[in-house]
Amino acid sequence: MRLAWVVGAFVALVVLLAVGLTLNPREVPSPLIGKPAPAFELPLLHAPEKTFSQKDMLGKVWVMNVWASWCPPCLVEHPVVTALAKSGLAPVIGMNYKDAREDALPWLKRNGDPFQFSVYDEKGRIAMDYGVYGVPETYVIDAKGVIRFKHIGPLTPEVQVKKIEPLIKELSRGG
Amino acid sequence: MGARRGIAARIVAALVLAVLGPLAWAQQPAQPAPRGTAEDPALEKRVTGLAHELRCLVCQNQSLAESNAPLAVDLRNQIREQLAKGASEGDVREFMVARYGDFVLYNPPLKASTVALWVGPFVLLVAGAWFLWRRLARRREPEPALSEAQRSRAAKLLE
Repeated sequence: MRLAWVVGAFVALVVLLAVGLTLNPREVPSPLIGKPAPAFELPLLHAPEKTFSQKDMLGKVWVMNVWASWCPPCLVEHPVVTALAKSGLAPVIGMNYKDAREDALPWLKRNGDPFQFSVYDEKGRIAMDYGVYGVPETYVIDAKGVIRFKHIGPLTPEVQVKKIEPLIKELSRGG
Repeated sequence: MGARRGIAARIVAALVLAVLGPLAWAQQPAQPAPRGTAEDPALEKRVTGLAHELRCLVCQNQSLAESNAPLAVDLRNQIREQLAKGASEGDVREFMVARYGDFVLYNPPLKASTVALWVGPFVLLVAGAWFLWRRLARRREPEPALSEAQRSRAAKLLE
């Protein structure tokens, strides 16, 4: 009887620690999920004289990927972002984060530019509104301008296929 | 001896780097640390005070005041800017929580999702005290007295 208690407590502790080990402490749950995407108006990376505002995307489900040329994991996820953009499920837009145009543009030329366009957040102030704390980060924003999903760190094919694509399909259907 | 220790230390450092290296989050190349340099020391004191209460999201075991990660620098500047504009400490805290969640607060509010955090240690304390009390109580119980028959049997055995 007593032995059962001790073994039970031990198993409970092991389970608790095992679960703890599978969690990623870097993945801070964003309070912005389900909230309206913060408004912004930023110049385009390719064309500084043009601007893009978050409101321009109302009525469409879209994906925003925060990236920088100085960020190695962005290069790691680049094929996945490219595949997601090629799927044509939703427009994929880049937010170039705390970067320099003379670094970012060659980076896109070298590695391919999957984005419809990138906006240029030179100071990272807009990214701050989006709760970005490390690049890359990826957001799915619905037609009403609500943030529905956020992925922290490099995208993997698994996240693309199992989470983002089904979500875009669902959001596009539901309107 | 000293040289050998130096080599050992270097090997350990290399191993630590090898293990931790791949885990490193994409961060901007380190910048020369721009320490708080406002002209107004009273403001700077408020900035630092508040920055000590807020967690840096890049180096999670440091506060915004201690960290020199580029994001921490940005957020400190943001705190300074807002306080200088007349925002209260509460306003700035709200600004941070709206973006990064309760996670940024080193002193999180008591609510449904944080109950375990606040109550857990006390629950463990009470459970431990109860367990200890039970064990001690058991020890204090007097030995059961012997019946007359048992006593005579014991006496016979001892003879």
